Amino acid sequence: MTERAEAIAVRDLHKRFGALEVLKGISLTAREGEVIAIIGGSGSGKSTFLRCINMLEVPSSGSVAIHGEEIALRADGHGGLAPSDRRQVQRLRARLGMVFQSFNLWQHMTIIQNVIEAPVHVLGVPKAEAVARGEALLRRVGLFDKRDVYPAFLSGGQQQRAAIARALAIQPHAMLFDEPTSALDPELVGEVLGVIGDLAKEQRTMILVTHEMKFARNVASHIVFLAHGVIEEQGPPEQIFGDPKSELLRKFISSSH
Amino acid sequence: MAADMINWGLLALEPPGWGGVLLAGLMNSIKIALGGYSLGLVLGTGGAFGKLYGGPVVRDLMEVYTTLVRAVPELVLILLLYYAGTDLLNRASAALGFGSIDISGLAAGIFVIGVVQGAYSTEVLRGAILAVPGGQIEAARAFGMSPLMIMRRVTMPAMLPHALPGLSNLWLICTKDTALLAVVGFSELTLVTRQAAGTTKAYMLFFCAAGALYLLLTLVSSLVIRLIEARARRGWSAR
Repeated sequence: MTERAEAIAVRDLHKRFGALEVLKGISLTAREGEVIAIIGGSGSGKSTFLRCINMLEVPSSGSVAIHGEEIALRADGHGGLAPSDRRQVQRLRARLGMVFQSFNLWQHMTIIQNVIEAPVHVLGVPKAEAVARGEALLRRVGLFDKRDVYPAFLSGGQQQRAAIARALAIQPHAMLFDEPTSALDPELVGEVLGVIGDLAKEQRTMILVTHEMKFARNVASHIVFLAHGVIEEQGPPEQIFGDPKSELLRKFISSSH
Repeated sequence: MAADMINWGLLALEPPGWGGVLLAGLMNSIKIALGGYSLGLVLGTGGAFGKLYGGPVVRDLMEVYTTLVRAVPELVLILLLYYAGTDLLNRASAALGFGSIDISGLAAGIFVIGVVQGAYSTEVLRGAILAVPGGQIEAARAFGMSPLMIMRRVTMPAMLPHALPGLSNLWLICTKDTALLAVVGFSELTLVTRQAAGTTKAYMLFFCAAGALYLLLTLVSSLVIRLIEARARRGWSAR
């Protein structure tokens, strides 16, 4: 079996908020085409970890590399770190498609405007080309007829599907999902999971923070269980759900059914 | 008291009527209001971003500006900025060997109103920026936008619906603040009205006419504001 390239490589990542250490040394590698699901109780640091990958949170120590390119960090003079090259961070972010728990679509733009915003203004794609690609993506997530509607007029599930189209529009090297179904009404969860499941089948590199255990088991190639800021256990889904080793994981799985 | 007591002929556009003079005064008032308001918006935008994202020095400077301007009565500020300001400018220019310069009343009026408006719009805009949900800006960062692009593409348009009620209020105040420039002898609507009334002794007629013109300005403004507001809130659902 040939080793695929490392899409995202995180080494010994720590994150402190004041005296509170949320992440206590996490290393994780996502190879191309891998779908990694991060599970864990609330407060286990899984969202913080995801946000450290694209520097929405700057790690306190450790390193992050995207496609082999390490994000340059320097001491910020207050005992923490800060990106030393803002442009590098912006360039790398522009190829990491992020989907948020609360959608975060830009409210003053229509759906198609949301989808073409980053391609046109950040990546410099000609507008006509961005629109054509954006419309194809909207068709794919079943929202073509909503292209000229403002986000506030859509349901949560529709907004999240639009947000996924927006993340796909930048032709991302990897996608980051931050609890994409946690803010949805139960009856809307399915439509969003359906879209994410299709993406997983295409062998896109994805890191997915989720509470949906059944979904994680079905789509992920690798499961990471975070507890108290460390990786308590990780492995293929069959092993994590079928034969959990750690006591914490066993408890977590039985409580989430 | 019959209606024919009123000499409507005094409002005729051509002399000896004063209508043309009044309209010219109104135009001057509008020019100053537009200029001062625009300058105020520029100062206010800078002030708001400075207060929110500037370093400690910038923040303190902005705080001093908004506090001072909002603490002093506008009439005093106008007298101060107009007389002391032109005096200072003349002295500076004399010191540099340029001789005294003639500052147009219009430019001085716009500057004075702009400085006053800037202090108030700083606070209106600062509040509006704070009201933009953090997720909107976070998404912009996550997609690789630079801080300047975030301000232009996301923060500014997203804060507009929050800022408009306050800004419309400031505009209406601004149109009426132009009347204060009468004290420094600028021929805006209030000053020419006083001249017309004083000359003809038809006080009631001319001050009512001026009032009607101010009312007309306000009504037209309200219509325009409504259009702008509808456009800015287009992404907001009916709820």
